[in-house]
Amino acid sequence: MKLSTKHLLGIKDLNREDIQLILSTAEQFKEVLQRPVKKVPSLRDVTIVNLFYENSTRTRMSFELAERRLSADVLNFAASTSSSAKGETLLDTVNNILSMKVDMVVMRHSASGAPHFLAKNIPAAIVNAGDGINEHPTQALLDAFSIKEKLGRLEGLKVAIIGDIMHSRVALSNMYLLKKMGAEILVAGPPTLIPKYIGEALDVRVEYNLKKALEWCDVANVLRIQLERQNQPLFSSLREYNLAYGIKRRLLEDLSKEIVIMHPGPINRGVELDSDVADGPYSIILNQVENGVAVRMAVLYLLADREN
Amino acid sequence: MKTILSEQQLALTVKRLAHQILENNVSLSDTVIIGLQPRGIFLSDRIVHELRNIVNPGLIQYGKLDITFYRDDVRKSLHIANATDIPFSIENRKVVLIDDVLYTGRTIRAALDALLDFGRPSKVSLCVLIDRRFNRELPIQPDYAGKTIDTFVSQKVKVCWKEKDEVDEVVLI
Repeated sequence: MKLSTKHLLGIKDLNREDIQLILSTAEQFKEVLQRPVKKVPSLRDVTIVNLFYENSTRTRMSFELAERRLSADVLNFAASTSSSAKGETLLDTVNNILSMKVDMVVMRHSASGAPHFLAKNIPAAIVNAGDGINEHPTQALLDAFSIKEKLGRLEGLKVAIIGDIMHSRVALSNMYLLKKMGAEILVAGPPTLIPKYIGEALDVRVEYNLKKALEWCDVANVLRIQLERQNQPLFSSLREYNLAYGIKRRLLEDLSKEIVIMHPGPINRGVELDSDVADGPYSIILNQVENGVAVRMAVLYLLADREN
Repeated sequence: MKTILSEQQLALTVKRLAHQILENNVSLSDTVIIGLQPRGIFLSDRIVHELRNIVNPGLIQYGKLDITFYRDDVRKSLHIANATDIPFSIENRKVVLIDDVLYTGRTIRAALDALLDFGRPSKVSLCVLIDRRFNRELPIQPDYAGKTIDTFVSQKVKVCWKEKDEVDEVVLI
């Protein structure tokens, strides 16, 4: 058994078996991370470059830790301190790095499709760590892993994705993945932040009322407002956004059942999530971060180049 | 196809291995049993079952170890991992590793590496059902062997367990 793809460019290209294989392998790596020595020699002879053309804390550290815990050699590249600033193209940069015998590329880029372009032009395996407003596949995988760990299943669960759906690669990857695994999905937020035909295009429910969305779901995945990707005002103020769509403890306490709160980070406290929710008993935000390392270890382990 | 152990012989051999382990670790208080995933678990389950009939079951510490991430052929092909479950410390304990067939010795090499990531045992010994003694590629020998056989590399030893394969027997193909 192996993955049906050579790269992890997006959840869109994976099938159900691929997702199950990644999640079950991640379970074994999660056990490895509980051992006194949290490291295995699997990728001892593999060199991986982390190409980050866009800022990141969690994802970059999580990938680097995953690589080191698999015993891979790690190279880090940040666009801001590199020759890209002198005008080198993406393909030139990557080909130069690969000529130093690098086996795998983990890339984050602000342009949607950048990793797909690389995949067509270079021989190494590529893992997409977020491309523009397209996909962030490892985030969706770790979200699914965390939901499964907390609630025992994905099939038949009701998941609400709340906030800036328009600019969120996390939302798109989550929708693809959860649909493939048999969960029901609802997207909620202000009409200006939800693409107009998303309901028909991706077969998801659309809801503009936060309370109704929370009442419907088992899990709420709350997204950050991506001000850096919005080139025109899409709502009047952060304070007004918080009043209409911010998740408050009182809202959760008034629900007829307990729901799970998730957030891919970084959190804007007091905007999409209030502090007592983010740090409260409903939240599994820090479990998501912990599981990220195990899930990324699984992806890298399964994609590492093999003779057959 | 030749039968190496029949159902009755297999049952007696498992009993004998359990008694031999007990003979060398009389109190079992500082000994832990660790079966190797995936096929060694059938044998370790049986041995632990026998031990529970002889000594206070509360004394027996039993874990399962998967060695997939420690294999020396990771570059050749992809191997899918099984669960590891060692819910106790092995620091300063006597570990009895259990697997079904000892052949090249490479699995046990990986198992020793994996084991050391859980702590520093005071002693590790090896118990196998079948020892293919002339096919070793590494200097590894069993401390307890159900049956020692001489085989060609072209032959295959198949250990069948009721739990999975519907019959209890060992055959040479």
